[in-house]
Amino acid sequence: MSTDYDVEKGDSVHPGKPVTVDRYTAGARVNHWITAISLVLLALSGLALFHPRLFFLTGLFGGGPLTRIIHPWIGVLLFFSFFGLFLRFWKANLWKREDGTWLARIRDVLTGHEERLPEVGKYNAGQKFVFWSMSALIIVLITTGLIIWDQYFSVFTTIEQKRWAVLIHAIAAICAISVWIIHVYAAIWVRGTIRAMTRGSVTGGWAWRHHRKWLRELVGKASKGKSTPAE
Amino acid sequence: MFPPVPNPTTQPVPPKFGDQDLIRRSASTVTPPAQRQTEVAKLIDVSKCIGCKACQSACIEWNDTHPEIGINTGVYDNPHDLTPDMFTLMRFTEWENPETNNLEWLIRKDGCMHCEDPGCLKACPAPGAIVQYSNGIVDFIHENCIGCGYCIKGCPFNIPRISQVTHTAYKCTLCSDRIAVGQGPACAKACPTQAIVFGTKDEMKEHAAGRITDLKSRGFANAGLYDPPGVGGTHVMYVLHHADKPEIYAGLPNNPRISPIVEAWKGVTKYAGLAVIGFAAAAGFMHYLVAGPNRVSEEDEEAAEKLTGEEPRP
Ligand code: HEM
Ligand code: SF4
Ligand code: SF4
Repeated sequence: MSTDYDVEKGDSVHPGKPVTVDRYTAGARVNHWITAISLVLLALSGLALFHPRLFFLTGLFGGGPLTRIIHPWIGVLLFFSFFGLFLRFWKANLWKREDGTWLARIRDVLTGHEERLPEVGKYNAGQKFVFWSMSALIIVLITTGLIIWDQYFSVFTTIEQKRWAVLIHAIAAICAISVWIIHVYAAIWVRGTIRAMTRGSVTGGWAWRHHRKWLRELVGKASKGKSTPAE
Repeated sequence: MFPPVPNPTTQPVPPKFGDQDLIRRSASTVTPPAQRQTEVAKLIDVSKCIGCKACQSACIEWNDTHPEIGINTGVYDNPHDLTPDMFTLMRFTEWENPETNNLEWLIRKDGCMHCEDPGCLKACPAPGAIVQYSNGIVDFIHENCIGCGYCIKGCPFNIPRISQVTHTAYKCTLCSDRIAVGQGPACAKACPTQAIVFGTKDEMKEHAAGRITDLKSRGFANAGLYDPPGVGGTHVMYVLHHADKPEIYAGLPNNPRISPIVEAWKGVTKYAGLAVIGFAAAAGFMHYLVAGPNRVSEEDEEAAEKLTGEEPRP
């Protein structure tokens, strides 16, 4: 039972050549892409106000005032959408003993020496880092974002509090954008990953190479599931 | 008495300053004009103010604003705060002087100070929404304003207000449109006691010096000029009878400066922030060049097939 937390609803193995492994349900994928699109739009509209050189980005949103209006609303969408992802993924992102070992061998991760790494479950320590830092950053961003949402909430805080909020919002946004870059890069670098979020499945080889513990667990479950009724 | 600005000619005259005279423009870099215009200033002599609010009326009239009819809550301040329709406000304070046990009625005309180093302009993200002319006037250009409220966070004097109708920011313009054609500000024109006077900054300082000498001779030992150096000086100055305690005048800040939080936000955060994002992107790019893609091998696929193949099949 000890590793059961790692398998999420809808994860399953389909034997064949190659083996395919279902990793994300259609619901999870739609949820992910809503979150992704909102985050990109937030980053673009936010950066437009962050630096004068980037003010031209307001053109994407129909001008300065519209950018100012739309940004917080997308923020609200992002918050709820990410909350959906959080409920889906938090369990499989709990920290495990092998994550420490994995992280200690980050050099082998970066140089592609998978064979020197411990077997990990559905998510490795890097993915867990992205998950938890995004969770924390989005909480910070929504909180500070509401404080500086002057059109509706200006009366609830003092100017001094708003100053802190806008500074923290900007710093948290920089961190979130950087984490996002790491996240997207990892998905591109580790071939065969993106199809998990488009088609919902990965190949058995991908699961074997990167998330062997998860694969073993799924295979174990599949065999149990099949043998139980026969017993 | 300081001679008031004479009435202008009725003939149209070209404006005395304009876009060519900008020394600062929000979210933009400007090449300052070779020749700076003479700095102007408005001097508000608090000791002479009788609290008649003629200046407030003149301001409403000239700027054609329409403040809401307010409610009386038992204080003289009317309206109760600056609003997008009220660029200047008489703030009344009843102060008991601990030295004389006298009740002093302090009346300060609040409004934009036209800082030499304006925090509003520093904070503003919209190119050209706030400008500063070489004569020192800080003006909001509404068609460039996006209504974000950053100027409110930047201002050390709590001045700008955002209209819930037009969603742009408003504050005292120092009657830039009047001054451009050789007039003085409407409030100065209306003031019956000459508590508000307008001229060049040097003239105003000189005039203030005379007033301060006078006040000192009447027992106000701490009378002085409020021209705070923390914001580089201002183009609206006060003569205060208690210049050592500006905060007793309805919270006039003692030694105001642009908040260090705002400085950090608009300074190091901006550069470090873009650098961090750039670094993250560059690191990814470099890693890809050096390490190349991480591909699943044939052996990986076979291992997975073996793993599943070992399972009992129906
Ligand atoms: C989660 C809910 C969020 C809310 C409610 C929110 C709200 C706001 C508000 C009210 C502003 C001021 C400008 C305006 O009024 O539009 C702002 C600025 C900004 N936001 Fe957000 N935001 C959120 C999320 C995000 C996210 C996820 C990012 C980036 C990934 C982001 C990046 C920025 C940036 C860079 C600025 C400009 C800060 C500056 O000018 O220094 N925001 N946000
Ligand atoms: S509200 Fe307008 S003037 Fe104030 S900072 Fe925003 S864009 Fe600039
Ligand atoms: S008093 Fe405030 S609004 Fe006026 S110039 Fe200074 S910073 Fe700007």
